[in-house]
Amino acid sequence: MSHGPAETPTLYGLMAEFDNPTALVEATTRARLDGYRKMDAFTPIPIHELDEALGLRRTRLPRLVLLGGILGGSAGFSLEYWASTIAYPMNIGARPFNSWPQFIPVTFETTVLGAALTCFIGMWALNKLPMPYHPVFNVPAFDRASQDRFFLCIEATDPRFDSHTTRAFLESLHPVGVSDVAP
Amino acid sequence: MAAKEHVPDHEELALMQRTPAVIAPGHTFESVTDSISSIVLTKRTTIGWFFGFALAFMFLMVLNMTIGKLLLEGIGIWGNNIPVGWAFDIINFVWWIGIGHAGTLISAILLLFRQQWRTSINRFAEAMTLFAVACAAMFPLLHTGRPWLAIYWLFPYPNTMGLWPQFRSPLIWDVFAVSTYGTVSALFWFTGLVPDMATLRDRAQSKAARVIFGMLSLGWRGSARHWQRYEMAYLLLAGISTPLVLSVHSVVSFDFAVSVLPGWHATIFPPYFVAGAIYSGFAMVMTLAIPLRKFYGLEDFITMRHIHNMTKVMLATGMIVAYGYANEAFFAWYSSNAYEAYMMLNRMTGPYAVFYWTLIAINAVMIQLFWFRKIRENIPLLFVLSLLVNVGMWLERFIIIVTSLHRDFLPSSWDMYYPTRWDFAMFTGTIGLFFSLFFLFVRFLPAIAIFEMRTIVPEAKLKQHHG
Repeated sequence: MSHGPAETPTLYGLMAEFDNPTALVEATTRARLDGYRKMDAFTPIPIHELDEALGLRRTRLPRLVLLGGILGGSAGFSLEYWASTIAYPMNIGARPFNSWPQFIPVTFETTVLGAALTCFIGMWALNKLPMPYHPVFNVPAFDRASQDRFFLCIEATDPRFDSHTTRAFLESLHPVGVSDVAP
Repeated sequence: MAAKEHVPDHEELALMQRTPAVIAPGHTFESVTDSISSIVLTKRTTIGWFFGFALAFMFLMVLNMTIGKLLLEGIGIWGNNIPVGWAFDIINFVWWIGIGHAGTLISAILLLFRQQWRTSINRFAEAMTLFAVACAAMFPLLHTGRPWLAIYWLFPYPNTMGLWPQFRSPLIWDVFAVSTYGTVSALFWFTGLVPDMATLRDRAQSKAARVIFGMLSLGWRGSARHWQRYEMAYLLLAGISTPLVLSVHSVVSFDFAVSVLPGWHATIFPPYFVAGAIYSGFAMVMTLAIPLRKFYGLEDFITMRHIHNMTKVMLATGMIVAYGYANEAFFAWYSSNAYEAYMMLNRMTGPYAVFYWTLIAINAVMIQLFWFRKIRENIPLLFVLSLLVNVGMWLERFIIIVTSLHRDFLPSSWDMYYPTRWDFAMFTGTIGLFFSLFFLFVRFLPAIAIFEMRTIVPEAKLKQHHG
């Protein structure tokens, strides 16, 4: 049996396990200095230092939320304006149809609703969650990534990735262990 | 760089002992994770839980029965009638929605103020908010008599008659404020739960638990990229919720303040209502926290620091409420308006005066006890006092609503308001709903945010490098 050249990769990447956040941040910084780019860290708590260590850019979520808020507010005010002056204008003692100060509370609430929905949906969408399957879950020790262990995964698609040298590199960072990540 | 080790001197040590920590010493990632998740993942359910849930469930059944009766016969089963057209329905609505406010204050406003002590109480306080909003929403929905038509009375949707809600009415503002508040609180709460769902998924022994928590965790894997957006979203939701929560009770107060009734038409209403909401909400958080920490052994996480701080918040907001009462009385006199003056006189000496003086005794006098450290450390007493605060705040709404209505402008329309047994059944029924939901929450979801507790254990601090 011969395999073609387009063989599917047998490895998603290599994963090193650490028992404290300091070691993980250090390892991530070292890996980045070593030229690795396609990697990710997995932790049971948010660690802000990892943003820098992984070279993450600021998220565009705030801009999306601003947009969602503006859209929500405009939609709310437009609805009130349309319902009160165009669809069903009611003349009560010659008061103005477009009594905009009275429309502000609902406009405020729809602004908040638009922003909050954008924030919620936007964050999960940018994170590409829900995602029921991911290769990192194949590592048996990964159960503890949500509890008390810290993981660094260098992916096989990284140009500098080589299963032997990368493993040796990860071993040099004094991890608790290094495992193959099945795809 | 050689960091100087700071050795605390005598006075500082004494100060540190006077201010208990937000988490007991000696905890690690593992111990925090284990003590909170084991409450959910254990196979044994305590007999106390069954007893408490059964009691709450009984009252939930009372609520179901009352709703059935209400739908069959109409809202005539309630005691409110002209001139008191609003009574238990709006009293209970305002009471419940006010209780909810403390949850958002803890989860959002204290987050923005970087108050670390919020961490161990925010999860169940947010749950309290959701359940309180659910109870509150019952009343406006059911007071329509035909809740299946309420959608068309309350929400702007295109209908064959071409009619729209009156957007200039505070009652419609209320619909938008409360429904937005419920939605945003639910989103905030669920967002906070997701990393903990992953923890439970990874720790669960039974297949069913793994599948359910696995679905609820959305496949969360703790990726640093995810955490970055997650933290940003959490902060943004807190920033959005902060003005929202202040707006909700302001809008609720507009239901009264925008009308022209003596006792309602006052500019102090929005801040006075918001302070009252937070005051009563913290009392409910206290009512829930004291048994929770006791029965589940969570004294390490909900420490005396939390009890102290919550009591102080109650003291501060309670004083604002008391200032509101003084202000109302002052303006009744200062306005020289006969109707305003009579309203105040009637509150103080009229047929409902006993309730007025009870609420003053609780909300203005009794809370002065919170100044004393001895009281703030007496947990059984605090439990009783926090229950009394909720009684006091309920009476406040009763007095505001009933005394202003039962003495109409025309003395020929004056009448008394007496609640019927169905009024009480509905009210106690929503208390049953609230506690049923809370018991289920404590049993099936982590009552304390596990991942946030992990961030405050000493292990979470990165070690500095020297040299």
